[in-house]
Amino acid sequence: MKFGVVVFPGSNCDFDTVHALREVIGRPTEILWHKDHDLRGADCVVLPGGFSYGDYLRSGAIARFSPLMQEVREFAEKGGLVLGICNGFQVLLELGLLPGAMLRNKGLKFLCRFVTVRVENAGTRFTNAGRKGQVLRMPIAHFDGNYYADPAVLEDIERNGRIVFRYCDPDGRLTDEANVNGSLHAIAGLTNARGNVMGMMPHPERASEAILGSTDGRIVFESLLRAIAS
Amino acid sequence: MIDPNILSRHNLTPEEYDLIVRLVGREPNLTELGIFSAMWSEHCSYKSSKIHLKKLPTGGKNVVQGPGENAGIIDIGDGRVVVFKIESHNHPSFIEPFQGAATGVGGILRDIFTMGARPIALMDSLRFGPLENPRNRSIMDGVVAGISAYGNAIGVPTVGGEVYFGEVYSLNPLVNVFCLGLADKDKIFYARTEDAGNAVLYVGAKTGRDGIHGASMASQEFGEDTETKRPNVQVGDPFKEKLLLEACLEVMDRHLIVGIQDMGAAGLTCSTTEMPAKSGRGVEIDLGLVPQREAGMTPDEIMLSESQERMLIACKPERVEEVQAAFAKWDLDAVAIGRVTGDGRLRCRFHGEIVVDVPVSAVVDLCPMYKRPYEAPEAAPRPTETGRYPLPADWNGTLKRLLASSTIAEKEWIYRQYDHMVQTNTAHLPGAGAAVLRIKGSSKGLVMTLDGNGLYAHLDPRTGGMIAVAEACRNLACVGARPVGVTNCLNFGNPEKPEVMGQFKEVVEGISEACRTFEIPVTGGNVSFYNDTEGVSIYPTPVLGIVGLLDDMAKAVTPGFKAEGEAIILLGETRDELGGTEYLKVIHGREEGAPPGLDLERERAVQETCLEAVGLGLVRSAHDPSEGGLAVCAAECAFHGPGGIGFAIDLQGGHRPDVLLFAESQSRILVTSKQEDIAKVLDLAKERGVPAAVIGRTGGASLKFSLEGRTLIDLPAAEAKTIWMNAIPEYFKISGETENGR
Repeated sequence: MKFGVVVFPGSNCDFDTVHALREVIGRPTEILWHKDHDLRGADCVVLPGGFSYGDYLRSGAIARFSPLMQEVREFAEKGGLVLGICNGFQVLLELGLLPGAMLRNKGLKFLCRFVTVRVENAGTRFTNAGRKGQVLRMPIAHFDGNYYADPAVLEDIERNGRIVFRYCDPDGRLTDEANVNGSLHAIAGLTNARGNVMGMMPHPERASEAILGSTDGRIVFESLLRAIAS
Repeated sequence: MIDPNILSRHNLTPEEYDLIVRLVGREPNLTELGIFSAMWSEHCSYKSSKIHLKKLPTGGKNVVQGPGENAGIIDIGDGRVVVFKIESHNHPSFIEPFQGAATGVGGILRDIFTMGARPIALMDSLRFGPLENPRNRSIMDGVVAGISAYGNAIGVPTVGGEVYFGEVYSLNPLVNVFCLGLADKDKIFYARTEDAGNAVLYVGAKTGRDGIHGASMASQEFGEDTETKRPNVQVGDPFKEKLLLEACLEVMDRHLIVGIQDMGAAGLTCSTTEMPAKSGRGVEIDLGLVPQREAGMTPDEIMLSESQERMLIACKPERVEEVQAAFAKWDLDAVAIGRVTGDGRLRCRFHGEIVVDVPVSAVVDLCPMYKRPYEAPEAAPRPTETGRYPLPADWNGTLKRLLASSTIAEKEWIYRQYDHMVQTNTAHLPGAGAAVLRIKGSSKGLVMTLDGNGLYAHLDPRTGGMIAVAEACRNLACVGARPVGVTNCLNFGNPEKPEVMGQFKEVVEGISEACRTFEIPVTGGNVSFYNDTEGVSIYPTPVLGIVGLLDDMAKAVTPGFKAEGEAIILLGETRDELGGTEYLKVIHGREEGAPPGLDLERERAVQETCLEAVGLGLVRSAHDPSEGGLAVCAAECAFHGPGGIGFAIDLQGGHRPDVLLFAESQSRILVTSKQEDIAKVLDLAKERGVPAAVIGRTGGASLKFSLEGRTLIDLPAAEAKTIWMNAIPEYFKISGETENGR
């Protein structure tokens, strides 16, 4: 079982994600260069956070054209596991592997803080180590995390259990205040229809060690280990 | 030819010009004059300050590099070093807050990674005018957004800092940026060319017309024409710098280069003179080969541009292709623009013609140093006669007003705009006195803090300088860390005014004395003079950046109360000192009196007591009273604790209630301990002659202060916290939005 972490120019959570996967989760992890055409046998490809290409255009809009994205797309279409974190989520939206788009946060400011999210579906390959309704504490750090999709898409993802995480208060309640960036339906993470691609705005790699204030993020990585093993 | 008008535009005196003529051996042309103008500016040459800066202690067994390079270096053991520095970007940030602050971050980052270190933390010390004034809000909004945009994108966490507000900063805000990097001891690089024959490579962004004469601009007062200087401010590109950072660290890691220097102030001029000067060599470059962003640039524009995200590299000629390949991987150009020569001269060609030919040592080392006349500040003011100030009638209301004052209020509105967690080393979140980072693969931790109180230094420069050091070290002691090195940013007015020079001398001597007491080396820093607008100087504002080491991360202590029913112990004593306090400023509208006194030996004893108690695991929380005194300190401990644990503190008389609550007496630390550890903590204090007493206990849902049993303050903790949290966001509220609490 092997992870691969894609490095785009401007990725800045690449080392953090590699550290969490190698040192905390303890799995071999390949660094995948965006200009290559090789996933190096990864069982799960992670698109990390950061500011790919500076995010001077729409976040993630240029990274989708990186050469390696051709392989990532084919890998996903064949059912391979792909996780996009923060900027990685934005890239997945730009690639069309996930529906919807990101708007600026409702407060029109970059927002870095711990948030709590509720596990909406514990049956996914990204959450099977958790339980439905569980409240996870993880940091966010983004300017464009205000999820938007048209009503038909929202209805579809709601009906099919594709919403994985929603912003909630520490007791698991959905409130306007807890929905820190103003996302529609308080969406913090969602999967594709097939359930093998997930994007999430919170950073699980920043919540994988007690010294950083939370280990709740490990649930995402441990779920992936279980999914691959089964 | 060169006339007085031209000299004045270049900010050079006739005497300096005569010296230039002697050193060059002829009249310089305009490009050459521009080179001297930039390198002999106050900003680059430290010509007014060096004579005083020599008084600072710079040595120590762990010092790998003291002042004189891009940043200082301290050995932290295990084959690792920390590389750190603080620098000002005050003038550009006033003219153009967003880009001024952003490029301040970009510049200090380059200073760190040019030495081979990966930057792992940023902090900022900011000074603004009162937020009641919309212009000050707009400056602060721009500065915070600029820091956020640059630091977040490049992926270096902004882990803390400090912010003060005062009218004197309305026309002259201060933006001081600190950066710390971590490197392997055997992979440190310096600004050197080494041998003749080596290749000189230009890497990074193209050169444009931005920031020309920026160094000179930062060496003059501002008048009414400030707006016209906007084009002197550079524009930052954090994405380009991220690529540059990765590419530079890669060529250094592979030992492909021999020396490297960033192009900050004075741009290509600075790097093409300092690098050969340090190796006793010269450099010959072809300006036509310098990558340019716009057509038709003249030689002096190319030499003096301060376009960001550029570096100059020296490497062996046989390594050029490998270096170029490494930069190409990151889509960056690395262009060979010249070579190192043996004759000690900077020679620039442009379209085949020699346009510059000057000795590098003259430019770098022979700028005249000034012993500017100084006037000793007026005798230190007498201790304030507390009796002059009427006692407040409403103590609850007084504490509320202090908690809502911008300097004391919670700064989350600022730091949540900064990515403070990227790189996954941030062990304590911002908002406390010091930032704490773990070191991956080690049980050690790094602790760092910025500190400086301009009002204290204004009232008594020497004491203000000493307190800045003492308080920064105290912030580290509260966590349990010992200081290992200091960098300082000295923000002052016009040094040609004798009273400003007098303040400078006193502050530096105060810093020096305190650093000697704490046995910590000053490894570099920055002086920012000419912080004057329309003839008014800022308060002398020394900002100390102090880095400390924690041997065991697991023992680090935070300021928040941990549980109900624990003892609150005050180490040190409160004295009748209201001068220069936030209480006097906010409640009585006075900025006057003598700042709190400082006895360095007592300070040391208090810190040693705290450090030992933390080391023995006797301390549950620790925080030092600063602005707002004991009352605000205890309130902050409650706010930082889980679920808003309150407290009840009973004060003993001897002073007026406002002194006991709000005096900013130094050498005090408020700690909490479990009941069974009280005696041990008091014993440790007694051994060192430190007064210490249990003054209350944690618990309940209120902040309670009484004086010998009689209630002074009884305020619901939740209400007080809301006031403290919301004060700054209220100024920036978007209509219709509610701010989120924590």
